[in-house]
Amino acid sequence: MSISRLERQALESRAISRRPSFGQTLHHTLMMAYRTLLRVRRTPEQWADVTFQPIVFTLMFTYIFGGAIAGNVQNYLPLIIPGLLVMTVVTTSIQTGVQLREDMDTGVFDRFKSLPIARIAPLAGALLADTVRYLIATVLTLAMGYLMGYRPEGGIAAVALAALLVIVSAWAVSWIFAFFGVVARTAASVQGLSMVILFPLTFLSNALVPAKTLPHILQIFVRFNPISHLVTAIRALANTGTVNGNLAVSLIGAAVIVLIFAPLTVRAYMRKA
Amino acid sequence: MQRDEQFPSPAVQARGLVKIWGTERTVDGVDLTVPAGSIYGVLGPNGAGKTTTIRMLATLLRPDGGTAEIYGHDVVSEAHVVRQLIGLTGQYASVDDRLTGRENLVIFGRLLGLGSSEAKKRADELLESFDLTEAAARSVKKFSGGMRRRLDLAASLIAQPPLIFLDEPTTGLDPRTRAQMWDTIRHLVETGSTVLLTTQYLDEADALADRVAVIDHGRVVAEGTVDALKASIGITSLNITLRQASDHRAAERIVYDTLGLAAVETRESQRVVAPLADAERATDVLVALRRAGIAIAELTVQKPTLDEVFLTITGQVPTAEQAPAVEEVGSR
Repeated sequence: MSISRLERQALESRAISRRPSFGQTLHHTLMMAYRTLLRVRRTPEQWADVTFQPIVFTLMFTYIFGGAIAGNVQNYLPLIIPGLLVMTVVTTSIQTGVQLREDMDTGVFDRFKSLPIARIAPLAGALLADTVRYLIATVLTLAMGYLMGYRPEGGIAAVALAALLVIVSAWAVSWIFAFFGVVARTAASVQGLSMVILFPLTFLSNALVPAKTLPHILQIFVRFNPISHLVTAIRALANTGTVNGNLAVSLIGAAVIVLIFAPLTVRAYMRKA
Repeated sequence: MQRDEQFPSPAVQARGLVKIWGTERTVDGVDLTVPAGSIYGVLGPNGAGKTTTIRMLATLLRPDGGTAEIYGHDVVSEAHVVRQLIGLTGQYASVDDRLTGRENLVIFGRLLGLGSSEAKKRADELLESFDLTEAAARSVKKFSGGMRRRLDLAASLIAQPPLIFLDEPTTGLDPRTRAQMWDTIRHLVETGSTVLLTTQYLDEADALADRVAVIDHGRVVAEGTVDALKASIGITSLNITLRQASDHRAAERIVYDTLGLAAVETRESQRVVAPLADAERATDVLVALRRAGIAIAELTVQKPTLDEVFLTITGQVPTAEQAPAVEEVGSR
């Protein structure tokens, strides 16, 4: 049978590449992130967790625990605002996995898989777009703190650095939940599983209360909990403008998570039907 | 840049494709050769392995056995090359519900390497030719089933791929939208694309496909042109519409006694359809029916439809086993 014009055109003159280049991979990732942000513009309620939650949580926890733990709300602010910042932003990263699962169930991912694009792009794009969510949650939490009277002594640059550290850490942690999102069967199970892991990690840390008030066994857990290190690093940065060893520990931890979970997630994604 | 050394090779060349889910061999050694420039139909009932086959050919699933090549490029080792030569329109529209029709097409175009203004231009062209211009700014969630399918098909054509996979393109569409879809598919081939479509509708394969592979239980049970398949059955059929559905059993019995062949199962209780080796024998059936007092509303003798071909081949109706009875009856 004779070959058609289109086929000849495609096979002879089309620049067919063996694999996507680094530049193309980056372009595909940015396009996928753009797609995620476009979707949010249509369904803003999807971002309730980064808009309402930081406001409500900051108010609630500060006024509930303020008097009991620090004597008054004002003294509690330097302790709780960095703690809540970490809790809120890191918890937000659960949604990455949940939404990835929902997204993958819609069928549009079949098209992404059949397109000649970098395999990592749909995942990396979703995770990249989520850094915008972390930024919103970070700004709102800090703004609420400011409104309640929190005046971080580290100065604006140190606070910005602290915010960046939180966002980077949340992005790293989101690879764990992206992995759950890819392997789990339903969005609800991603949510459930992620909460079970993150709840103890965030609450059994020094985020809300000083560790020394806890029973001895818990103190050991709290000391080794990576969330505690992150909270301590943020407190040092925001409240005193100093950098301590906890910052290095946090960054190394974030890197380790990405190095383990990014390849795992991509492989699971490729294997999944 | 890569030139095809084996040019020209068939659009699709699959040998012994296997996919196993758990213990079930969903696709169990499928061979397919789709010549370039044709519409090729893969026909089979639900769960026959059609979609799984197409997903392997489109690089969405890795085969557990066998090989498949698209224009000579292996679907596993050269997946990225294959993806540049195909367009896929799935059974469930692979478009983004939360975006507008236009946004969908622009994003897919940008992912395919078009520049920003180029992607917008191409999106508008496709929206126009698929009669979606008015709906372009609406969110896909508010599209009708037919509109979604058209958008999905438009999305597969952005890069003008030489080979297009259509997985059950008209399942769930109303008859009018279905006819529109058929026109669109025919038009695609006129413009030079090769189309591989799966369907469970025999009239669809009959209306569109040059060649057909019939798949059942993960295997190709018949392959050839539609005409050759029909000829392989080689008999006409007798179509009787009864006045009363209550006579159905008795009429089937009479058909069997007279022709020695079981009637084909039909969905309508008033219809009896039987294979007919010799058109003359229709008279015998009529006489027997009259004698039994069964009233007839309508009677036709027709060439086999693909339905009957299909049922015979896949053995869902045991006509094949009873075929020798024809001689027995004939020599009586």
